[in-house]
Formats: sequence, structure tokens, C-alpha cells
Amino acid sequence: MATPVLEAIDQTQAPPQGPPRPNVIYTWLTTVDHKKIGLMYIAYALVFLLVGGVEAILMRIQLAVPNNHFISPQVFNQLFTMHGTTMVFFVGMPILFGFGNYLVPLMIGARDMAFPRLNAFSFWVSAFAGLLLYFSYFGASGLYAAGSAPDVGWFAYAPLTAKVFSPGHSTDYWTLAVFLSGVGSIGTALNIVTTILCMRCKGMKMSRMPLLPWLYLVMASLVFVAVSPLTAAQIMLTLDRYIGSHFFDTQAGGSAVLWMHFFWIFGHPEVYVLVLPAFAFVNEIVPVFSRKAMFGYPAMVAASVSIGFISLSVWAHHMFTVGLGAAGNTFFVFATMVISVPTGIKIFNWLATIWGGKIIFATPMIFCVAFLFQFLIAGLTGIMLSAAPFDWQLGNSYFVVAHFHYVLVGSILFALFGAFYYWYPKVTGKMMSETLGKWHFWLFLIGFHLTFDFMHVPGLLGMPRRIYTYEAGRGWGGWNFIVGVGAIFQAAGLLIFCYNLVRSYYRGKEAGHDPWDAWTLEWAVPSPPPVYNFAIEPTVNSRRPLWDLKHPEDPDSDYE
Amino acid sequence: MAFLAPLFAVTALAQSPTNIFAPAATPAHSIFGLSMLVLSVTFGIFLVVGGLLLYALIRYRHRPSDSDHEPAQIYGSNQIELSWTVIPILIVVMLFLTTTRVILRTEAIPKPDNTMDVTVIGHQFWWEYRYPKLGIVTANELHIPTSDKANPKPTYLTMSSADVSHSFWVPRLAGKMDVIPNRVNTMWIDPPDVGLYLGQCAQYCGTQHAKMLLRVYAQSPEDFAAWASQQQKPAQQDFTGNPTAAAGQTVFMHNACINCHTVKGTVATGRFGPDLTHLASRDTIAAGAVQNNPENLRRWIDDPNTMKPGSLMPAMHLNDHDLDLITAYLTQLH
Repeated sequence: MATPVLEAIDQTQAPPQGPPRPNVIYTWLTTVDHKKIGLMYIAYALVFLLVGGVEAILMRIQLAVPNNHFISPQVFNQLFTMHGTTMVFFVGMPILFGFGNYLVPLMIGARDMAFPRLNAFSFWVSAFAGLLLYFSYFGASGLYAAGSAPDVGWFAYAPLTAKVFSPGHSTDYWTLAVFLSGVGSIGTALNIVTTILCMRCKGMKMSRMPLLPWLYLVMASLVFVAVSPLTAAQIMLTLDRYIGSHFFDTQAGGSAVLWMHFFWIFGHPEVYVLVLPAFAFVNEIVPVFSRKAMFGYPAMVAASVSIGFISLSVWAHHMFTVGLGAAGNTFFVFATMVISVPTGIKIFNWLATIWGGKIIFATPMIFCVAFLFQFLIAGLTGIMLSAAPFDWQLGNSYFVVAHFHYVLVGSILFALFGAFYYWYPKVTGKMMSETLGKWHFWLFLIGFHLTFDFMHVPGLLGMPRRIYTYEAGRGWGGWNFIVGVGAIFQAAGLLIFCYNLVRSYYRGKEAGHDPWDAWTLEWAVPSPPPVYNFAIEPTVNSRRPLWDLKHPEDPDSDYE
Repeated sequence: MAFLAPLFAVTALAQSPTNIFAPAATPAHSIFGLSMLVLSVTFGIFLVVGGLLLYALIRYRHRPSDSDHEPAQIYGSNQIELSWTVIPILIVVMLFLTTTRVILRTEAIPKPDNTMDVTVIGHQFWWEYRYPKLGIVTANELHIPTSDKANPKPTYLTMSSADVSHSFWVPRLAGKMDVIPNRVNTMWIDPPDVGLYLGQCAQYCGTQHAKMLLRVYAQSPEDFAAWASQQQKPAQQDFTGNPTAAAGQTVFMHNACINCHTVKGTVATGRFGPDLTHLASRDTIAAGAVQNNPENLRRWIDDPNTMKPGSLMPAMHLNDHDLDLITAYLTQLH
């Protein structure tokens, strides 16, 4: 067997630096480089992560003891609305788009995204949407002097959003922010799909594409299908509020349930939009730190694609208590339970990948290990919720809140932290501190479990979500106190992480091209990569081009 | 879940009037049975998968004594992958069929003839209960007869909302059912034991969603009949011998109170707020938020926002004298 052809990728050289830019801010504001845009997405999301985290801590202080008067019900309702909206639309989506923007072209051997200007447009629209949402604190009182920030909940159920129940402009700020965020998301999704389908380097058939771009392909396709109805619904809601249409106006024959359908046909696929990139990070990190190829690559691709399809038919499991009737409920029970099959395949494949490996517990890997356990638990509590009658008890209780935070924090955020530690050397050329990384990991892990394990209990004891206070006699007090204590640990871990990001940039060890001895194309270019990524278009012969390069005696291309 | 399982166990024993693991009516019992099955299946899955993961992480960790060679690269195995596809499918089918049975048993059984019918209307932020067959209208405290096997008398709730979406959730009696404007939902409960069952609104409905509490009084058929016959009477209007209450009645009837509240048999016929005909027979006011005693009642009438900020009842700006009179009147509405 001949040595695999890997021309170009190992020969790339950065050209001599041009003259220094006169204005750094100008270059960032006008850039169309996918890497710079990706980093702006990530930085912007991190700022909102801190804001959303502060909102969470304020709520936990209020709920730590019964009958607390720390904040008023109006402020509490604004806090959970802003927390949910911020974390989903202005943390989750942008941070994952940021990683996608940065990594997808590098991993498929492209020089940029397919539509660089659209890319910049999408980012700035999303960024503006986030600022608009928070401007509501100052601008939403309007002429009515009613309300400031939105207080209708992140799923903004009709008809609470109708003019009569939500006077002033707070809901309008929410609607416009979500609308604009939707426009930005659809633009980026279009870009990701096109880039992956059209801009892969020579030799990279779909079946040789690394799993990260595969999962981003599924994720971006879901964004089209799922975000569009929500974006359309925002227009309908605005028409209801301002020109007297009656889509959701129940007092004039409109339907509250229609909004729920619009929202959840977005809302559930959205969960997969957020979690598929987390799977993507784990798919890259786990093999490298187990020193083994991904087990069952075709099954992983098939499972991801089928999760994408099935996730479009499960939305009404958020509506088991709406009274859809036995037939409707039964269908959505089945669809929801079925999705656990491809999800299970993923977990088993990760297990098989580490099986027989030589596992290195560096910081990226330990976050992924925690991800594996926590995602398993999140999936299992998901099965509990999918059994509709059980959901009649658990739905809208703190059990659900604990369940989806197991997904959003325990799975997605942990995988994201792993991704930060893993790709930071590529982005900056410096390693992040392992010591601080371990402190971050353990503090965050302890905090996470204190908060979200114990949060299941008040739900089982009948505590609904979105209440600003509760009576002492319900037996919820002690549990909520522990939940609040955990939030402090998580905050400490997060601050250490932020410090680590900054400190390592100045004081971190030099990383070189390929600090983890990894196998995908992004590790073939210098760290940080040059503007044009690859000097010459690379050619690949397998899913792990750098493995082939490092092991010419035993290349992957022989087995695929 | 190694951690969660003990938590579930503790929960089952926890003292809480709203514990879902302490069912007290048929729908809640069916759910409880299903939940035990689902919990044991998922716990079993966790033990197997989590155990394998833990084993692999320890067994295959990198050791300093390891050689520098990369481990054997394994790309997949059709047999193994098929098995971990088929086994989960079988588990899913089992859980699905069991779940369907409980759904049908709760949602799809025909309504018997001898039910107690109650219409539930959700309001921001209180509950209205109407008994069409009995001609009773009341608020916030739902009285129902107990129902035993020998003499079943389930209560059927027909639910809708006057404003935004709410959800009726009394965990020990049944799962929750949303109360949605421009839509009618139904559910049923049949507690065999006398008692007070607590719950609260479970769908965010605005500022005071937190204090939209539910109280269900299950009474023996005799006690229920006595309660019903009292509630069917018009409000007391003859206050000879109690001049304070009589004066309070006059103040009440000459203020905006009557625009929103009904006191049956008087000019007060408002529908926006709770029916006050037999207010004094209730244990609580403000949708269960505080005890119904003259002190709380006076504070509430003075300014509801001190007790329940965001409540839609405005402060009436009455002087102290009028407040005393109205309180005296309302405490007489037995």
C-alpha cells in the first residue's frame, strides 16, 4: 500500500507579516474572516453567559428560603424571562455558531465560509438582537410607564403576550430580539450547510468528513426548519399586538394552543440544535484522548441524521397537559421514546471508543467524561418525562427544570468547556493552564450536582416552576437552599475559567501546531491559523488525515 | 443517578402535602404505578451503562508503564452495534405500551352518569368554581364528595380560562391539566379519603402566578351535602342586632366593590372577582395566600398589594372607619 497522498497540508507556511494595521477595532468590525467572526460570536456569548448567570443567582437567592422578600414578583418574572431568553438565544446559539464558524472550514480544508459577508451580517444582526433585548430595561416602559424588561416567560405563551395582558413595550422588545436572532441564525445556518456541502477539500467525500462538520450539517439544517416557524410567529404576534389580527387573541376566536405549536416546533428541535454541537465536540475530543478512532462512524452519522429527523416530530411532548387527547398524546409518547434509540447508539459508541484505549485525563477529556455521565442521566430523566402520564405530574415542575439543565449545563456546557480547553491552543497558540482547568472542573462539577441533582426533588414534591416564592409548609425549603449553594460553586468555577482564558493568553505555554497529537485537518495548520488557513488546498484520503501522516505504515485509508 | 436514586427514595418519604409519590385518588395512583416502572427501568439502564463507563475509564486509563504505541484501532462491529440498537428498541416498545395503557385508562374512559360536575374557571390569579347542577358559585376552595369503590362518585372538572392560560395541579389527586382560554378541557378526580388536598397553578400566568393556590376539600357525602345546602342559600342580608355589619353592607353596596364581586341576593353582581356570597365560610382569602380572619381581610381590602403585589384588585382607598365596617360585614357572610 502506497503512502497516502497528503500534499500541501504539511507544507503550509505563514507569509511574512504585512504592515501593522492602523486600527484593531476597525479590522474586527469589518472582518469577514470566519475565524474572527467565530471568536466574536464566542466572546459575545460569554458576556451574556455571565449576565444570564447573575440572573440565575439572583433567582436562587430569592428562592433559597420560603416567603423571601429579596426581590419583588415583577422583578423575579423578568429575571426568569431574561435568563431563559438570554441563555438560549444569546448564549447557546451564538457560542455554538462561533465554534462552528471557527472550526468547520478548518476541518474540511476550506479557506473560509461559503458566504463571508452573510456570515458577518448574521453575527451583527444577532449581536444587535441581544443588545435590543437588554435595552428593554431602559426603553420598554414606553408611554404607559408599564413594565420594563419582558416578563412573559421565555416561551411567552399566548395570550399573556396580548396587548391587554402585557401593556407597554416589554413584549415587543422580546419579540423583536427573538425575531432578529432568528434572522441571524438562519443566515449562519445557510452558510454552514452550504460550506459543508460545497467547500470540502479534495478527497473529502461525505463519508470521510470528520463527525464535527457532520453534526453541524444536521444542526444547521434543523435551524432552517425549526427557527423559521418561530420567526414567523413573532411577526404574527406583532400583528396581533398592533394591527388587530387574531392569531393568538383568544378573546376574538384566536388560539392559545396555536402559539404553543409554533413555539415548540421550534423549541424541541432547538434542544437538538444546541446538543448536536456538544456531541460534535465530544466526538472529536473523546477519540483523541482515548487514542482510538471513533467506533462505528457510519452508525454515528446515521444516528445524528435520524435524531435530526425524529426531533421534528416530538414537539408536542411539551404539551402533554394541554389536553390534546389520548390519540395525540400517544403519538408523541412514541416519537419521543423512539429518539432515545439513536441517542443510546451515540452513548454506546462513545463507550466503545474509550474501551481498549489509553485514556489521558487532560482537562478537555475530564469535561467530556462528566458529559458522558450527565448526558446519560439527562436522557434517562427524559424517558421519565416522555411517559405522558408521568409528565402530567412532572411537567412544568422543578423536575423539568432540573432535567433540561442537566442537558443544557450538564451536557452542553460541559462539552463546551471541554471544547474551550481543546481548541484554545489552536486559536491562540497558547495552552490553557491545566491546574486552573482542574480547579474549574471540580468546582463546577460539585456546584452542578449540588444545584441540579437536588433540584429534581422539589419538583417531585409538587413545586411548579416560575414561582417567585412559596409557603414554608410545602417541604421545599431545605432543597432549594442546597440548590442555591450549588450556584455559588458554579459561579466560582466559571470565574476561574474566565481568568484562565485571559491569563493563558499572556502566560500560557507555547502550543505549537498540534499539542494533543490529534488527527483532523485543523491541527495541520499553524496556531493561530493564518487568515487564509491553508496555503494550498489539502488532499485527504481518510477520515483522519493526520493519523495517516503520522502512521504511514498503518493508514486509516486501508480500512475505510 | 447513583446520586439521584437515593434522592428519589428520600422524596417518597418526604413530608409534603403535594408529594407526587403519595397518591390519594385513582388518576394519581395510575401515574404512580407507571412512574415506579419507569424509574426502575431507567435506574437499571443507568447501572448497566454507567457501570460499563466507569469500568472502561478505570481499566483503560493511560498508565506511566504503558508502551508508547497507540492502542489497537477498532473502527466498529456490526454485531455489537446491532445489539445495542435492538435492545433499546425492545425497551422502548415495552415502555410505550405500558404508558399507552395508563393514558387510555385516564383520558379515554367514558364519563359515568353519577358524577359530581364542577366547572373550573381560571382567572389572574384565582379560581372560580361553579356547580351547574347545584346552582353554587364559589372561589378558590373546591369542595367535593369522597368517592369509594362501593359507592363511586367521581368529580368531573370542566375547565376553561377567563384570561390567560393556567394549569390545575393537585399532585396527590391527579396530574395537571391546563386551563386555557377559548378551549374546554376536562379531568376527573375521585379521592376515597376525607381530607384537604393542596396544589397550585402550574402554568405561568402573570405577576402573581406563585400565589394562585389550590385547595380541594374532599368531604364525606353527608358533610358535602350540608356544605352544598349552605352554599345554595343567598347571602345573609338581615343584620338586625349587628349595626356594624349592616352599616358595612351599605358601604359595600355603595362602593366599586359591586362592580367586580357578586353577593347573591344583593345588587352586587360583578363577575370579575371572586363570588363573596359565603366568603366567611372559607378558610383562606387571596386564592389561598393567607388565612381568612378579620385582620387579614381588613389588610387585604385596604391594599391587596401589600399581601399579593400584582393582584388585580385595586386598593380602594377607604378610610379606617369604612374599612372596619366592610370587614365586619364580610365576616358575617357565612
